[in-house]
Amino acid sequence: MFRILEKGLLAPRVNRYVVHAPQVARSWRAGQFVIVRPREDSERIPLTIADGSAETVTLVVQEVGKTTAVMADMQAGERLADLCGPLGVPAKIEKVGGVAVVGGGVGIAPAYPIAQAHKTFGNHVIAILGARTRELLIMEEEMRRASHETVIVTDDGSRGEKGFVTTALQRLLDLGRTIDEVVAVGPAVMMKMVAALTRDAGIPTRVSLNTIMIDGTGMCGGCRVAVGGRTKFVCVDGPEFDGHQVDFDLMMRRQAMYLDHERGTYEDYLETRRCRLDATREPSRR
Amino acid sequence: MTDWRARSPKDRLRLPAQPMPEQRPDARVRNMNEVALGFSADQARAEAARCLQCANPKCVAGCPVGIDIPRFVAAVADGDFASASAVIREKNLLPAVCGRVCPQEDQCQAACAVTKALKSAEDSVSIGRLERFVADWELGHGYVLPEKKPSSGKSVAVVGSGPAGLTVAGDLVRMGHAVTVFEALHRAGGVLIYGIPEFRLPKEIVRREVEYLERLGVEFRYDWVVGKTVRIKELLAEHQAVFLGAGAGLPNFLDVPGESLCGVYSANEYLTRTNLMRAFDFPASDTPLIRSRRVAVIGGGNVAMDSARMALRCGAETVSIVYRRSEKEMPARREEVHHAREEGVLFSLRWAPTRVLGDERGWVAGIEVIRMELGEPDASGRRRPAPIAGSERVLDVDAVIVAIGNQPNPLIAESCPAIRTTKWGGIVVDPNTQRTSMKGVFAGGDVVLGAATVILAMGEGRRAARAIAEYLEQGDWNGAPDPIPDE
Repeated sequence: MFRILEKGLLAPRVNRYVVHAPQVARSWRAGQFVIVRPREDSERIPLTIADGSAETVTLVVQEVGKTTAVMADMQAGERLADLCGPLGVPAKIEKVGGVAVVGGGVGIAPAYPIAQAHKTFGNHVIAILGARTRELLIMEEEMRRASHETVIVTDDGSRGEKGFVTTALQRLLDLGRTIDEVVAVGPAVMMKMVAALTRDAGIPTRVSLNTIMIDGTGMCGGCRVAVGGRTKFVCVDGPEFDGHQVDFDLMMRRQAMYLDHERGTYEDYLETRRCRLDATREPSRR
Repeated sequence: MTDWRARSPKDRLRLPAQPMPEQRPDARVRNMNEVALGFSADQARAEAARCLQCANPKCVAGCPVGIDIPRFVAAVADGDFASASAVIREKNLLPAVCGRVCPQEDQCQAACAVTKALKSAEDSVSIGRLERFVADWELGHGYVLPEKKPSSGKSVAVVGSGPAGLTVAGDLVRMGHAVTVFEALHRAGGVLIYGIPEFRLPKEIVRREVEYLERLGVEFRYDWVVGKTVRIKELLAEHQAVFLGAGAGLPNFLDVPGESLCGVYSANEYLTRTNLMRAFDFPASDTPLIRSRRVAVIGGGNVAMDSARMALRCGAETVSIVYRRSEKEMPARREEVHHAREEGVLFSLRWAPTRVLGDERGWVAGIEVIRMELGEPDASGRRRPAPIAGSERVLDVDAVIVAIGNQPNPLIAESCPAIRTTKWGGIVVDPNTQRTSMKGVFAGGDVVLGAATVILAMGEGRRAARAIAEYLEQGDWNGAPDPIPDE
């Protein structure tokens, strides 16, 4: 169980894994996540499901700390110690008309099945994909298939338009395009900006939150956020919420709680990774 | 040793109670090792010899799983520890756990005739410590697996591997039924593994109790969240009965401003990090823990004591229990309060939090509390606290651990509307059979009780196992809560 069947690099430090997990594959829906422990001594981390087949789920993981680095060093054929899910409430997919699905960075991966579901449901889907630069843009082809129109933006203009996802969204609104709902998945600050824009425009907006979790099943409360002034748990009440009600500033502060700790262990891990690489090289002859 | 049986009851009452050897407080706050070290064999025999061997023993009735206490205690006094172990195992599948965490002082020991004769709860026969001694002896000397009935050809799904689920699994497997346990986490034991700290219940002991069940034939599946990975209806298609023992769910928070500041944890999170994920060992373990210096723990139960003592072991300089009533009303075991005090935990009694203060970066910078006065007893029989206007003060802390209970696990009822729940989310069961409103489904432990004790959950598991066995044989479904009508 949990054998990695395929692994591939989508962008620098962004890997895609197809994992054998039949009990999750048979029931997952867009918007749900799994808790993964790559190895026996690893942390538990939440990862949103990006795709699936009858017996597999697909995860797209950016290396940001030790646990994701450990996972990046695992290869096809190896097994993840644990993969638990599908967790959380599926994304709400309704017939609304025009839907803009905004994906930023690795957030494009979980946005993909949501776009697909909206398209299947008969909504007109405009995908807005944002990345810092062209190498970091992932899953463009898949998103083109999952949507009717695709707009690409990069911070530096190296691919698509230069600008942010909000620039592209604003322009579509200025053009008078029919957008009845916006779904935004990506870095917290991106979702915050999108929500601010659509709040003014009066467009319902759903965001998918990625907070710190331990069990992921409603037991620890570490993932709590304020939504509409009330405490909600991302793992069982979410991960999708009304973007206009989420206190993003609070969420970002909570997401950053362990940054110092994580930096330390990540650097140590990178050091051991370097040593490992050195050791595999042929000894130089004097 | 003179033959203990020759002593008259009066003589036995004169024998001194054996003290539990413990790690010294100043040493133990610097390690995770168990606080109570356990009786030596001589101590156990001396303690067991204090038992009056009543003709009509009240202690047995005080035990939620009905261990034949006088018989096992007599075997200990005889030095026949293997027999003592067999007697306990007849009724209790988790003796090394119960010997450590049961509130014996409210159960078997409260009913002990020695307690009555000496008018001192402290001087009762230490049944719990004897149980622990026997269980630990057994772990060191090996055990004989009990006989199992021949296979019934029936199978039962048990949801959750905490004390309720483990008891159901052990009872049913011995009756010849196939049992599969579905556990959401990556280890078995439920609260025994994520909640109760190492220094009170070493995880190796839980592991070995689980291994005992595996050897009996119980199958454990990890990473299965019932209600998400698999639905109850699907379980019923493959098994003839389902037991729900999914335990507690969402932690209660304070409902005061600042409860989501960085540095405010639920006790569930704090203890799960440190116990299950071993964050006290960070960075040797991968899960991090913020090293807080001044910690307030809100609540007065065992979980609050566990959190406070864990915080000390994780390097906090000061740890204060903030509880809104007085010590008398504290739900924690006296032994836990005593241990906490010995280790230097401070108690701010009759204070209740009104808000958590934050700094400019969103971290805890203090907690404002208000003085409480105690009024008339409320429904729980404890005096109702009321705030004294204008008595607010600020405690200088950098972390707050909230230990004021949990709601029952929400996932199950949410995914299965046929199961009736109470207003606060607990699963409704028939108290005699643990049957739910859905045919073939039983429930017990914290998913029914809210937040209770290990032994109460085990008691419910025992009752459920009996009722499940009966149901598997007869297929009769009377005496359950009314089913929810189909819409």
